[in-house]
Amino acid sequence: MVSANNELTYDSKIEGDVIVTRADAVINWIRSNSMWPMPMGLACCAIELMAVAASRFDIARFGAEVMRFSPKQSDCMIVSGTVTYKMSSAVRRIYDQMAEPKWVIAMGACASTGGMYRSYAVLQGVDRILPVDVYVSGCPPRPEALLDALVKLQEKVKRERSFSKLNTA
Amino acid sequence: MPKALDAIAALKGRWAGVSDRASLDQPAINVPAPDLLAVLGSLKADHGFDMLSDISGVDWGVGASPRFTVVYHVLSTTGHEYVRVASDCPVDASPEVPSATAIWRGADWHEREAFDMFGIRFAGHPDLRRILMWDGYPHFPLRKDFPLSGVDTDLPDLEVVAETKTNAIAAPMAGGPFVAAPGQINMTEAEPRAKDESWNERRPKPGA
Amino acid sequence: MPVEHSFPDSASRDPKGEFETEKMSISMGPSHPSTHGVLRLQLELDGEIVTKADPVVGYLHRGDEKIAENMTYNQFVPYTDRLDYLAPLANNMAYAIAVEKLAKLEVPPRCQAIRVITAEMARISAHMMGLGAFGIDVGAWTVFLYSFTEREKLYKLFEELTGARFTTSYARIGGVARDLPEGWAGRVDAFCDQFLPLLEEILSLLTRNKIFTDRTQGIGVISKEDAVAYGLTGPNLRASGVPLDLRKDKPYSGYEQYDFDVAVGSKGDAYDRYLVRGEEMRQSVRIIKQAIAKLPGGKWYAEDARRIFAPPKEKVLTSMEELIQNFMIVTEGPQMPAGEVYFEAENPKGALGFYIVSKGGGVPWRLKIRAPSFCNLSILPKVCVGAMVSDVVSILGSFDFVMGECDR
Repeated sequence: MVSANNELTYDSKIEGDVIVTRADAVINWIRSNSMWPMPMGLACCAIELMAVAASRFDIARFGAEVMRFSPKQSDCMIVSGTVTYKMSSAVRRIYDQMAEPKWVIAMGACASTGGMYRSYAVLQGVDRILPVDVYVSGCPPRPEALLDALVKLQEKVKRERSFSKLNTA
Repeated sequence: MPKALDAIAALKGRWAGVSDRASLDQPAINVPAPDLLAVLGSLKADHGFDMLSDISGVDWGVGASPRFTVVYHVLSTTGHEYVRVASDCPVDASPEVPSATAIWRGADWHEREAFDMFGIRFAGHPDLRRILMWDGYPHFPLRKDFPLSGVDTDLPDLEVVAETKTNAIAAPMAGGPFVAAPGQINMTEAEPRAKDESWNERRPKPGA
Repeated sequence: MPVEHSFPDSASRDPKGEFETEKMSISMGPSHPSTHGVLRLQLELDGEIVTKADPVVGYLHRGDEKIAENMTYNQFVPYTDRLDYLAPLANNMAYAIAVEKLAKLEVPPRCQAIRVITAEMARISAHMMGLGAFGIDVGAWTVFLYSFTEREKLYKLFEELTGARFTTSYARIGGVARDLPEGWAGRVDAFCDQFLPLLEEILSLLTRNKIFTDRTQGIGVISKEDAVAYGLTGPNLRASGVPLDLRKDKPYSGYEQYDFDVAVGSKGDAYDRYLVRGEEMRQSVRIIKQAIAKLPGGKWYAEDARRIFAPPKEKVLTSMEELIQNFMIVTEGPQMPAGEVYFEAENPKGALGFYIVSKGGGVPWRLKIRAPSFCNLSILPKVCVGAMVSDVVSILGSFDFVMGECDR
């Protein structure tokens, strides 16, 4: 999607080897193409997350293979698996420790809405405790679906105003 | 005669309270709670049932008496046979049986789970606290009077509760799991019905 | 002239030569970089040595047993997938056989052979994953990627058979969901042929690797008595020297017709557990090849199970009696007699047991899942004491547990 905001250059040869562009476009381009996930791998969806990181589906093509389990070094939290009430406080604390700007992908039915576990122990959707950017359906979602979600997140990031996130508390 | 049946005959001879239990597969016995540790110890030491496979609690329903039963499955690693030992909890309101941790160390976690899910206490257990639910959880989930969707409860981490303004809520069921009741074979009663029939789309929930 | 520095807390100034340290209490988990799920280990450390370890489980407790009391027997099959989510086909089979025991239902030989083939493929998949995760934990990335490539080939086969890569929900009470597609058995055979040399290659990356052997030999030793006392089952038990394998000792689903060996370790350390799993994969390939060679024809479900197994769709849509049968089974559930059963199957992680109390009808009264990982983890407080923190990582990796199963 090309709009005035995220077009990287308007005429690449006008200044020779120097490219003149907008701050938003460059910053969003950098952020979206190196989105380091924080894998909150809780249950079965974590196995599909690992499959995405492995050789066949290869999330490294999208710049997101750096799955650091440290919240301070990651941009995007991929909540994959059932969030129980017991685990919910840990998930929220880790989200709070992530540095701005940060995004959340709710992967799978359990993370999106509680999935097929309508019971006393399961949080009915991780959006009760975190602001979610992309929901992926599936139980578990195919790795291609997760890559599609990552691409949608990248498009969302490209549409944003890059400094607006700094102003939110 | 297989080892399990030998063992049961010997146990019935030594303790008068031991009786046969109806079972579809393995030999099973009922043991009254005071004799339980002695019977289990004898099964392990004298008859070679050296591994404890499983301890589970069963809740027979709010009106039943005895209400709670603790069922042990023991396995002999050399004879490859199972025996089921069931013991009713004597007091319905506060169920308690002696703990088998002295006989098998693995009973530890199974008993903690039975306590967590049913509220059955195990006398002599070294560290009886919740294992699957969080420590301050006030209910016993697998009891028959506890609904599947749960009950509104406070989450333990107050900071997170304040930040997210959420608590443990009853999962939305829209009337409850639509399933046939267990044990009913009369055709009308066996049809899946909403467990909570006090409300539907046309008639709102009373008291809401 | 050298300047004399004075450090007030220096050990060399201590007259006795030893100084007091405080024990540190740290919580390892529930979100930690080991790909084993949400386990929390509350460790008390004296420097680098663990003095107390208290595992806290339950972070993935989803209420499966309560859900089972509110589902018909067939409706519960997808929940069994998600118990040991690395080998869903094995869980499905264990559950179906447990419920069939209630009705004393015998399934035809083709169904048994299909179940054995899929369960052994699931075993290979689960052990590959365990190997990969263990490799990553001790620092070997390549093993993880190689094992995932093999697993992707298995996923392709599962998808062709059941429609899903994993979480297959393939078993039904009284049979399996559908027959083998055309040529599938041949493809599985071809997979097995190309898998064996690749397995040797992957194992050769670790078996004589000095770093790996230093990190795993002598670590986490579990004696025979301890293993039996704590209820360990599966490769963990066999690595400690107890030759208990339910496929050989209490055969089910036709396992007695197949010729295979049981790997038993001697020392009970992490290296033995790794070796036992490697050998089990080779034996699984052996079983699959025999099962495919002997694959009988016939039906893949019990035809005489009138009130239990839904008849095939073409009959349901054309004939009145099958229509009624289908309706009753779907709405009220497969009708089981009253009684209690307990059945354990040899799953990749250990012995997965189902204790079912039925009062009749299509819905169980109580379903208890005896999870192998729950019992395997109960020995952690004993095994971790005296080990260093990095050894704890090796121990966890060698145990190969799954939290979905442990917490249900």
